[in-house]
Parts: sequence; structure tokens; C-alpha cells
Amino acid sequence: MQDKSIRLGVDIGGTFTDVVLEYGTVLFSAKVLTTYRTPEDAIIEGMQRVCHESGIEPSQISQIIHGTTLATNALIERRGAKTALITTDGFRDVIEMRTESRFEQYDLNLTLPKPLLPRNFRYTIKERVQADGQVLKPLKRPEIESLVDQIKSAGFESIAVGLLHSYVNDAHELLIAAVLKERMPQAMVSLSSQVSPQMREYERFNTTIANAYIKPLMKSYLVRLKDRMAHKGADCPIFLMHSGGGIISLENAAEFPVRLVESGPAGGAVFAAHIAARHGLDKVLSFDMGGTTAKICLIKNQTPKTARVFEVARTYRFKKGSGMPISIPVIDMVEIGAGGGSLAHVDSMKQIRVGPESASSEPGPACYGRGGARPAVTDADLVLGRLDPANFAGGTIPLDAVASSAALQAELGDLLEMDVETAAFGLAEVVDENMANAARVHAVENGEDLSEYTMIAFGGAAPLHAGRLCEKLGIARMLVPAGAGVGSAIGFLRAPFSFEANRSQFMRLSDFDAPAITTLLNELKVEATSFVRSCDAEAEIQAQYKVYMRYSGQGWEIPVQLTAIQAETPDLATFQALFQREYAALFGRVVEEMDVEITVWSVNATTPAQSVTPVDIVSSLPLMTTQIRRALFDPATATVAQAAEVLRSDMTPGACIAGPAVITEDETTIIVPTSRRATALADGCIDISDKGADL
Amino acid sequence: MSARTRAYSPSTVQYQVMWNRLISVVEEQAQALVRTAFSTSVREAGDLSAGVYDQDGNMLAQAVTGTPGHVNAMADAVAHFIRRIGHENFAEGDIYITNDPWEGTGHLHDITIVTPSFKNGIFVGFFGCTAHIVDIGGRGFGADANSIYEEGLYIPIMKFADRGVVDKTLVRIIRGNVREPDQLVGDVYALATCNEIGHRRLVEMMQEFDLENLTGIADFILSNSRRATLERINALPAGTAHGEMRSDGYSHPVDLKVRLSIEKDRMVCDFEGTSGLDKKGINCPLVYTKAYACYALKCAIAPDIPNNAASLAPFEVMAPENSIVNALHPAPVALRHVIGHMVPDAVYAALDQLLPDMVPAEGAGCLCNFQVSLRPRTDVPAPLYARRAEVLTFNSGGSGARPTLDGMNATAFPSGVMTMPVEATEQVGPVIIWRKELRPDSGGAGRHRGGLGQYMEVGAQEGHEFDIQAMFDRVNHPANGRQGGDIGGATTIGLDDGTVMRGKGKQFVPHGRRVIMAFPGGAGYGPATQRSRAEILRDLAGGYISPQAAAEAYGLDEDTIDDTLKRAHNGEVF
Repeated sequence: MQDKSIRLGVDIGGTFTDVVLEYGTVLFSAKVLTTYRTPEDAIIEGMQRVCHESGIEPSQISQIIHGTTLATNALIERRGAKTALITTDGFRDVIEMRTESRFEQYDLNLTLPKPLLPRNFRYTIKERVQADGQVLKPLKRPEIESLVDQIKSAGFESIAVGLLHSYVNDAHELLIAAVLKERMPQAMVSLSSQVSPQMREYERFNTTIANAYIKPLMKSYLVRLKDRMAHKGADCPIFLMHSGGGIISLENAAEFPVRLVESGPAGGAVFAAHIAARHGLDKVLSFDMGGTTAKICLIKNQTPKTARVFEVARTYRFKKGSGMPISIPVIDMVEIGAGGGSLAHVDSMKQIRVGPESASSEPGPACYGRGGARPAVTDADLVLGRLDPANFAGGTIPLDAVASSAALQAELGDLLEMDVETAAFGLAEVVDENMANAARVHAVENGEDLSEYTMIAFGGAAPLHAGRLCEKLGIARMLVPAGAGVGSAIGFLRAPFSFEANRSQFMRLSDFDAPAITTLLNELKVEATSFVRSCDAEAEIQAQYKVYMRYSGQGWEIPVQLTAIQAETPDLATFQALFQREYAALFGRVVEEMDVEITVWSVNATTPAQSVTPVDIVSSLPLMTTQIRRALFDPATATVAQAAEVLRSDMTPGACIAGPAVITEDETTIIVPTSRRATALADGCIDISDKGADL
Repeated sequence: MSARTRAYSPSTVQYQVMWNRLISVVEEQAQALVRTAFSTSVREAGDLSAGVYDQDGNMLAQAVTGTPGHVNAMADAVAHFIRRIGHENFAEGDIYITNDPWEGTGHLHDITIVTPSFKNGIFVGFFGCTAHIVDIGGRGFGADANSIYEEGLYIPIMKFADRGVVDKTLVRIIRGNVREPDQLVGDVYALATCNEIGHRRLVEMMQEFDLENLTGIADFILSNSRRATLERINALPAGTAHGEMRSDGYSHPVDLKVRLSIEKDRMVCDFEGTSGLDKKGINCPLVYTKAYACYALKCAIAPDIPNNAASLAPFEVMAPENSIVNALHPAPVALRHVIGHMVPDAVYAALDQLLPDMVPAEGAGCLCNFQVSLRPRTDVPAPLYARRAEVLTFNSGGSGARPTLDGMNATAFPSGVMTMPVEATEQVGPVIIWRKELRPDSGGAGRHRGGLGQYMEVGAQEGHEFDIQAMFDRVNHPANGRQGGDIGGATTIGLDDGTVMRGKGKQFVPHGRRVIMAFPGGAGYGPATQRSRAEILRDLAGGYISPQAAAEAYGLDEDTIDDTLKRAHNGEVF
């Protein structure tokens, strides 16, 4: 018998599959190694473990919320289906010509990323729609039929259709879809006017092709997963986390699998947003640092910031432009190649460089003793006293500090005439500075001042570095939530049902057309709502409206939120004022007497955010004292301090400890810099605040 | 960790952090410009640069943007500002401006803005930035001028804002002299904003590290960069070689000749023997020549060393006065990129002799840009909806094949600017791009094939006619191969009724006609007979080469060709 209070969150990551079972307010979690061939095996093992631990039967689970890197990995590893593209005559090479630029200016031997489809998989057809949607050259059905027959005989499983200006007029794409359905009923079809109805052909075509490319794989996986889970007793609905931070039905996910890309990290952002809501924080920077990368996201008013386009599968040192653009609603995150496994070296300017090359899990950092000879971030952390060699990962991986020192000395110290500790300090400072720079740039691009923000840190390596990062960014307060090691899977359980519909359509404010706006936004609302309704027949559904605006002649739009009333009864003066306010906030001043235009319209339909119980304020207990001390390097003062060492489990609500201190737990270690003080909160979060700041 | 005495100096680690930070600051400065600029050349194509300088005008860090052409020019520009304005006249809130081709970045279309930076009232350094704006008046962006005076408004180095107060007279003069005054003034403000953002971040950094001035960090950056650059140069075999290349020019073909020598502590390019000035606006001021010569050398021997005063200094470039690579006032220079973008090919012709197996074959060279001026048709009464519009596009031919790799298809080199999406271009005005795709057989044959150029077909919406301003080269002088590689495909341009058009200059296109353009490919590297069979089959299957080229250039037999085409048709992957 299913019980509504029992739900399962499942996150398939590159290394681990995390499973979290929620029973009322209690959480049970399991980490299982990801099983690449049949990913559902790890899910089943994890489910059985948490069920066993909690004494709950799989049949009692009422909902499974699932997020996965499978879609991303299929794109990175090019393991998709045999896919054909049908596009406008004259535009066969859009995905190959890209932006016609080089993402690395100074590399004579640069290799551009290969397009997802080889050239002989890209077919063209005579037709043309003008920028305003008018048909310039009609599409002839017999020509489609003969093209489809040719594609059929070549044995394609999946077909992407991307025609010029189809975001304003989809008639030609629909006609092609109809012929495909008739003549190739088994083939899976993805239309650019449905997958990503946005202007800019390179992004739209690539997104549509990516969708088509992973569709057979994802569809078969999702169907199989549903069967196997039912077979194991969990015969409940399965929902999927999407890149925009909400959840959609399994059927929608199978139709638009490209929306699953980056769903794991999106879950992490939702997790942080939920913690923010519990603590009533309106400005939060989430910081998720794992083994290979660090991800940073701005969360305002408990809502992660979103974007309309991002890049996956970067092929060149995480460099912008070296991957492929995907234009779908996505939680806007900065990802940089900085994790515990990131390797360091000295470059020709005698500068220490860290990452993005990673030691991975094999051989791993030098201290793992598995043959790694180059120093990684974890080696520096060990030498600086941040990690206890005997108690890493709950004692399962003994760390070899001698190996760390040897690697640091050989690769950094000898070249820079530094001793081991200084080399470790330099390494840690450089990786922290890289992350701080990424956060600063992201904040400036969004017109935000980080000194007003609170950081929420999770992921295995984050609590080791977050304290220093706060010092660098001038952030006074940070929280390290409990369960940080399985944050994404918990985040899935906190996400609302949601779907964002977008449309590109230009309107200058000088041609402001209120009835047209009402009609357009209403269409988008109906479309988005229907997706959400298919997941939940009863829940209240809210519509959130956003338009992207710019001065006519600019190339970058800025998002402007509208209230329901502003969207339903559009008014020129209001739109103008809202734009000017946002523009001034971002760039300091408005440009007088310039016409403004709207380029993209967006409606996000969502069920209400889960209600949160505000965390009780606990009164601080007297400062904890302990005899256990550890030598800890403090980077802000560049000195070695004797830090107090306590177990996180000993920190009951209200417990305080002054930095320098080390708080240990099985999953990770929290470093409290000399400038900070740690306090345990009622919900298990550890609050690390500037000693000078009000607590 | 023991308490033993340690030999470290924390300042070394801190200086490393600060250098990283300054590079991040200038990247951010450049981003702010892209996001606030109005000209398509800046916001879509990335034709801009940004940098930070110490108080003596030494460039400490520069953003890596789409334009190597600004590299040295920006490094030199601030010194001109110091000389013209005078140290004693710097005040907080000042903003300086110029578009002087010789003291800025090579043509009137580049606006350079320099802002002095003050911390606690004390002058500490400068921020500078440059952007290519779409119009500066005069004849418009093109090669047709006979002197600089016809190319548009000239703004000598002067104060745009004095202690925070903008010079309204200057703004009125600018507005009165250009075709898109809102856009241009908007761009000047965007440039000022981007320096302001850099300045704020610099002051934050100085507070964090308790710095009163930039002397210490400047020494650290410049001395490390100088040492690293000299190490690279001194590791090369000393020697001298001559290189040359020929391009179409405007009035007559242009020969670029260079004598390159690798010496102790420096590399010298001397352009003695290069053609003289052209009558029309493709002449190149020396700053721009220097930038591309230096860029070519840095790519080859020191790609990872960031640009700053010290890392650029060991590369010396000289050229006879009033040769086409050292044009003096009042020569017309609007399209100086047509020559400047060819400079790397000339330098590489010489460098290839000194350092074999390193540099690419010749490529398309200059960008394949054109501007379209649309208007209501004049042959018969035009429909009411017809309108005027200016549309500028940026496009690339193929790059040259490399010693171990094919050239890149339709990818800019040496420039690094981006193209605009066709869907965005067609929103700007009533233009229709009927075709934009790769041009088979345009990559020169070789062991490694040159990158493919591209086809473009351009027309107007019903009711319009237009002028096209062509800025193409390599019509008569396609890219030359290296080490036995074949030439790349030449540029062609004409109307769809067969009328041949010129590669450069403004030309009329009547109602209903289209312009058909084929942009050049890169040349091949090494003999075609050495190309691997797998690559030839892949090229044939993908249509990068035609069956005819497979037979003639690569010697593939008829049966293999038929079989390959059939397999490709049946959906096989090669």
C-alpha cells in the first residue's frame, strides 16, 4: 500500500548513484557505485538498502523522483542513436560552422569539436520562411516524400527537423513530421519548433539534434526502469528532474530528453534553495565542490537563477565555446575544473596552475597511494592539516601524507624554491582564487554584490575550501547543511512540478501591442500548464512570467520578471519602467531616448514550492572546548595554528566553536578559519560566520 | 606540521593570486563591453579589447578577445595618452578618448577609451579599452576613400569627461557627423562603463592585499613574463629567413615581404621590400602590422604567456615609411585589416624555414566581410512597407592546413571574431541570406587538407534593392600551400544572372537579383599523395571533396569512388 509520505530521490552521477528515502521528515540515504551498462541496477540496490534500513517495503513508496547524468554522458561520449537532420536548403553546415571562431586564440593546433552528426547524415530540402514568418518558398510534399524514403532506406532511427525561422512559423516542420509519421512510423522525430523554439539557428538546431540523438537511448532506459522498479515492488509513478530545477513526467522526459541534461547539478541548486527557505535567506550563493569540478549558482528569494542557453561537453579545458550549445531553460551555473582531484603544475611564468586536469579516482591524488605522482588539491589539503589521514571517507581510504609531500616538493616546491607547506599553501590559494574569480565574475554579470550573500556549501570537497572562499569573497556567513554528500538527491524531493515554455518573437515598445501580448503569453501559459497538469491532476498551478528585453540594436537581452497582473493586462509604461530598473541595476545607468524591444517570452508553470518549517533559533551554548588539537595552516594569515578538533555529531544545537577549528564527519571535514566561528543550528546545519559579524 | 623555520615568502603566493585576479578583471571588463555595446561588430563578433596598465602606461594584463589586431596597439596606446594629456592633468573622474589610427588601433572605426584609476585620491594606473564601431561617418566602412579625411570623423586624444563631466560639445560634434549617432554614443558610454567596472575591481583587490600602488605586482608580472619569453626565444636556433606572400590589393597586387631573424633576446621582423601604399583604404598603420606579426610569432613560440608590456617587447617589427604596412597620415586606412590579416602568412613563410613543421599553410587570411545598404526599389514605385537598413556581416573562409592537422573549415584565422546567426541578421533589415554553407573542393589538397571556405547568397526582400560593399581578397591570389600542398579555392563574386563583380568596393544590386559569393579555402600542407586513404574516403563521403577532386587531386579510382558514395548514401559513418 503506497504511503504519500514516503518518497524516493535517485541521482545517477558519474561515480556514485545516490538514493534517498524520505519518510515524513526522516531521511535514509545510500551511495552505490554507478552501474554504467544497466544504470537501474544501482538504483535497485540503493532502494533495497534504504528500504532495509528504514524497514519500509518498496511497495509503500508513493513517488520516485529521478535525475541522471546519462543524457549528458551520452552526448559527451557520443553514444547516441543513428540520427538524421532535415534542414533548409543552403544551411546544411550550420552545426559544423558554429560561430566561425576559435575558442582558443593562441593554439595553432586547435581542434574544433566534431558536430554531433557527420555531414552525410544532414539532408536539405527546398523551402524558406522569412524572418516575419511569411513563406518565401513553399515546401512541396512530394519532395518530402522522396527525401523521407531515402532517409528510411539509409536506416536512421531518429530524425531531427530544423528549418530556418521555424520559431515564428512551424508549418513546414509540422508537414515534414506528418510525412515522417506516415512513411517511417517507427522513427522518433524531434522538431526544432517544439524542442527549442528560439531564434539563432546554431543553438536551436544543435539542441534539436541533441534531443533526437539521445531520445531512443533515454526512452528505452526510462521504460525499462519503470518496469524493473515495478517488478521489484515499487510500482509508483516515476518523475524526472529537468535542467530547469523542476520535475516532469516520465513520458515528457522521454519526448524531450535533452531537458534532462545537467539535472543532477540542478538538484543540488534546489537543495540549496530549500535550505535557504528554511533559514529565510533571500540571497544565497550555492557552492558545490566534488572530485572534478566546482559549481556555483546564485539563488535569490529562494529561487535559483535560470538561463536559456548553456554549453555541454566542453572538449578543451572547460573553455567557453569548446562544447555545444543547448538552448533550453536551465539553472544558471558556473562550472569550473576545480575539485579535490584537480592536479597542479608550474607553468613557464613560474605560476602555479591548478586543474582542470583531474587525477580522477584512478590513480587519484598522490596521497591515495595508487601510483599518482602529481599533487592534487587533496594533497595540499592533507599537508595543510585540513584532512585527517586516518579518517578520510570514514577511514575507508587511508591517506599517505608522505606521498603528498613528495609530490608537492617535486612538482612545485623544487621549481619555485618553496618548502612543502608553502607549495601546498600556494596550490590551495590558487584553486580557491580560481573559484572566487568565477563567483565574482558570475555575480558581476548578474549585477549582484556578493558581500550581501550567504554561502551554502555542499559536496565532498566544499567544506574544506568554503571558509577560505568566503574570506576571499567578503561573505560573512555560510551554512554547511547535513546530508551534504547526497544533496542533489535530496533536492529532487524538494523540487516542484514545473515546465517553462519559451517563444522568440520581436516586439519594439514603440509598436507595443497589448492584445497580441495577452494572446502570446496565454498560449505559452496553456502549453506550460498542460505539461504540469499531466504530472499532477489536482495541484494548484502558478504561472511565472518573464520577458527578455534590450535596447533595439543591442545583442544581449536581460530578463525582466512580470507579475501575473502585469502579464495579463500589459501596459507600455510598466514594461518600460521594469526594463529600465533592471538595466540600471546591471549596468549602472540607462541609455536615454533609445527604443526598447522584447525578444523572448517565457512562462514557467509550476506547482507551489514545498512549504518549509522555519528553523528554530537556538540560543548559543558556551564555546566548546576540547583537548584535541590539530596543526592547521591558516591561509589568511599564512601561519600555522593549533586548531581545535571536534566531531560534528558532538555538536548539538547551539554548540559553538571558535576558529581555527576542524569539524569532522564521515563524509567530509569542515574547516573553520581563524576569522570565523561555527555554531550548530537546530536543523543540523553548521553556521560558520565572521567573528566580527552579528550572530 | 613542524614549527621549524620556513624559507617561504608569502608575497610570492599573494602575487600569484593577484596576477590571476588582474587577468580575471580584464576579462570581466571585456564581458561588460560585449553586454552593453550596440554595434554588432562588438556585441556579436567580439571585435574589442580591454586592458589594465600601471601608472607609467605599461600594460599588465589584457583580455583575450576576438582581435589580435588590438594587442600591441593597445599596449602602445596609453603611452600616447600620457604624452598628449600630461600626468599633471590626470584627475579622478576623467575619461579620455581617441580614434586616431596611429595612436589608437589602426583606423577611425576603432574608438579607444582610457580611464585613469585612483585609489584614495592617489593615481595608481589606467584602464583602456577599444571597440570597432559600425559607422564613423565619411564614406562609410569600405575601401573607397582616397585619404583619411574621407573616412569619417577624427577624434584626437582628448578628454571625453573632465572630473566626471562629459564634454557636451564633443558629443554634439560626434552626433552631427555619424550615421547612427545613438548607437555610437551608446558605444562610447559602454566603453566608459567597462573601464569603470575594471577600476572598481582593481581597487577592491588593492584593499584586500593592502596595496598602495601597483609597483610590486607590476614588477612581478613583467619580470616573470620577460624571463619566460626570453627563455622561449633563446631556446630557438638563431638565424634569418625571408618570407613573402602576394594578395589582390585594391588598385594593384600587394607583395608583403619580411626578413625574420631570431637573435639573442629578440625576434625581429623587417618588412623592407614590401609594396608601397595603395590609393584606396586598405593601407595599414604600423601598430596594426606589429600586432599581427607579433600575434603570429606568439602563437608559434609562446602561446601560453599572457600579453603584457614585457611579453610583447622582445618582438620587434619595422617597415619602411609609407610602405603598405607602415602607412602614414593622411593615407586611407579604413580596411587596414585586409592587409593586416595577411601579415601572419608572410611571417610564417619565413618562420617555416627556421622552425620547420610548426606553422600552417596560407589560409583565407582576411575576414570575408560585407555590408549591405538596402532601400526601397527605385526602378518602379516601391511598396509602402519597404525601408532603409544597413546590415554588416562577418564571415570566414578556411584556415590553412597544419603540419599534422587539416585546416579549419569556415573558421577565422588570424582574426578571432564570430559570425552572426542568419536568423539574427535577417531581423536587422530586409535582407535574405539564401545560402550559408561549406564550399566543397575549396580546401587545398595535401597530406593535410586546407579548411573549406563557404558559399553565401544574399538578396533582399520583395520591394528592395541594395548596394553591397565588398571587402574580399584572394580573388586573384588564392592561398598557397606549404611543403607541396596545393592552393586553396579563390574568392568569386557575381550576380545570379552571371554578371561578374569586383572583390572590393561598393556595387549596386538591382531589385530581384542576388549576389553569389564563394569565399576562399585554406591551402594544403604536404603532398596530396601522402594523404591517408581513410581521410580521403571520409572527405568524399561527407562531400567535402567532389568525386572529381577525389580522382584528380587524390588519385582515387572510379570503383572506390562509386562504392564510397553508395555507402555514404546508405548512411554509413566514415
